[in-house]
Amino acid sequence: MASLVSHPDEIRVVSRRFGQGATNLDRYLELDGYKAVQKALSMQPDDIVDVVKSSGLRGRGGAGFNTGLKWSFVPKQSPKPKYILCNGDESEPGTCKDRLIFEHDPHAVIEGVIIAGLAVGSTTGYIYIRGEYRYLSEIMQKSLADAYARGLLGKNIFGSGRDFDVYWHGGAGAYEVGEESALMESLEGKRGIPRIRPPFPAVVGLWGGPTVINNAETLASIPHIILGGAEWFANLGTPKNGGTRLFCLSGHVERPGVYELPMGYNLKKMIYDVGGGIPNGRGLKGVVPGGSSTPILTADEIDVAMDFDTLMKAGSMLGSGGVVVLDETTCIVKFALRTMKFYQHESCGWCIPCREGTDWLKKTLIRFHAGGGLKKDIDNMYYLSENMLGRTFCPLGDAAAMPTMAFIKKFRKEFEDHLEGRPCPFEELGAVEQLPVMA
Amino acid sequence: MRFSDQFESRFSEMLTHYPTKRSVLVPTLLYAQDEVGYLSDEIIAEIAGRLDLTELEVRNVISYYSMLTTKPRGKFNVQVCTNIACMLRGGEELLEHCEQKLGVGNKGTTSDGLFSLEEVECIGACSWAPAVQVNYDFHENLTPETMDGLLEEYRRKTTH
Repeated sequence: MASLVSHPDEIRVVSRRFGQGATNLDRYLELDGYKAVQKALSMQPDDIVDVVKSSGLRGRGGAGFNTGLKWSFVPKQSPKPKYILCNGDESEPGTCKDRLIFEHDPHAVIEGVIIAGLAVGSTTGYIYIRGEYRYLSEIMQKSLADAYARGLLGKNIFGSGRDFDVYWHGGAGAYEVGEESALMESLEGKRGIPRIRPPFPAVVGLWGGPTVINNAETLASIPHIILGGAEWFANLGTPKNGGTRLFCLSGHVERPGVYELPMGYNLKKMIYDVGGGIPNGRGLKGVVPGGSSTPILTADEIDVAMDFDTLMKAGSMLGSGGVVVLDETTCIVKFALRTMKFYQHESCGWCIPCREGTDWLKKTLIRFHAGGGLKKDIDNMYYLSENMLGRTFCPLGDAAAMPTMAFIKKFRKEFEDHLEGRPCPFEELGAVEQLPVMA
Repeated sequence: MRFSDQFESRFSEMLTHYPTKRSVLVPTLLYAQDEVGYLSDEIIAEIAGRLDLTELEVRNVISYYSMLTTKPRGKFNVQVCTNIACMLRGGEELLEHCEQKLGVGNKGTTSDGLFSLEEVECIGACSWAPAVQVNYDFHENLTPETMDGLLEEYRRKTTH
């Protein structure tokens, strides 16, 4: 069980019921549970979509697309059944927020799925949880059974004459499956290989039917928007970036943890006030602001508002909310290598630029970090990454290329310091000596 | 091939969740693996038969997912995360420590069959790094010392 943290700057929306025993259905109902579904049942589908659209809620999985707009792409009439698919395959390095939602507030996700279904005219939802999260899958299986037993799911929900089914599904270890089209392949019992788009899932998704795919945090936000109103939610954040966000602080900070802060919260403040700063009196080298696929920000670039648009302008991405902090003793070449090792391992191999690109980059970085780097390698790695961008079915290739380009561009000197037989200048300090105070 | 009653009831229930039988495959393989520790030829044949798939189709899926294995592992699979957030807080040193303590390398199994060791990618414990999963249980904010205690605890579990 992951421990909870708190900070006075937090605004608790999605995490409101954390630590309140809300996995218990009675307790959840006491805490305003399933009121949003009842309200949504009395609304017109288009009105639900409009509320979500104007709340400024954007996809919490990383792409940051307006959720209501995504819902509006689902055709009204469809010869095939429509589906809602909750993406709980959380596996972007640096991200550990969906885990807390499933652990503390599983019914909020179920509610979000039902409301999404009411909005787009679907009667079936699936909640996909990564295989490693077995204890969370068990919590979800029980929560679903409880909801069925109480008539909140199944036939004639809340006596409305409407039917709605929600099922759980489990993965078995694959980062790539967190990508929406690979997620559908996996749910259909296949290897998680991406599909080409168009057609987009909103038109042709699960078993060929129109499908809405939303991240678990996105769906857990929905009930609060329905009850609190679009305006309230939008005003919590910055323009076009409604609401709050679960930020996962990790790496070299005094108080790592998952904090719910308003969209647009200042990154510097997040690290120094909320996270308590860098341990051992060290300086900051950089921050990966939204999971391993997002380009690193240097210490000079962290005075920014953490919302999708501002970070895009700053040359990075808000991504999935994983804020990884690197102190001055971190070797960027090593960090780049570990990041690439991950993408090489997780590349499904379907698209050549990604499969070959990640492998070449990993091999070059291994050689480079070991002191066998050549000057031309630096530009070659950049060029190779550049040529992976946009040339794959899914964004895994981009996810590997973007951070690599930023490491090279912003920390070129560190790469040069590794050249031709020179040992890593950071190796004399092993990670153990660099460790902040640990529990 | 005989699975537990719990497996069977979950399996038949899951079949009612989807328009195609094949959709139960990935979670079913993981639950089947948990029954005996790995996906034996017998299990693969059984599941393929139940879902009207060829064994090749099932193996094709197994080879894709990192948690699925066709080789036996130790009773306790110690999975050490060394991805970025854990690396920054000593994940690699923790892996090295486990290698020395258990006397096996990555993906190795101790001679008594008790422990396997595996270096894994991000397990979603970044804010509580470094983290380890033993089978499905998370253990977080570890140091080499607390890791020793943890391994000892698991060792004791088998003698009682």
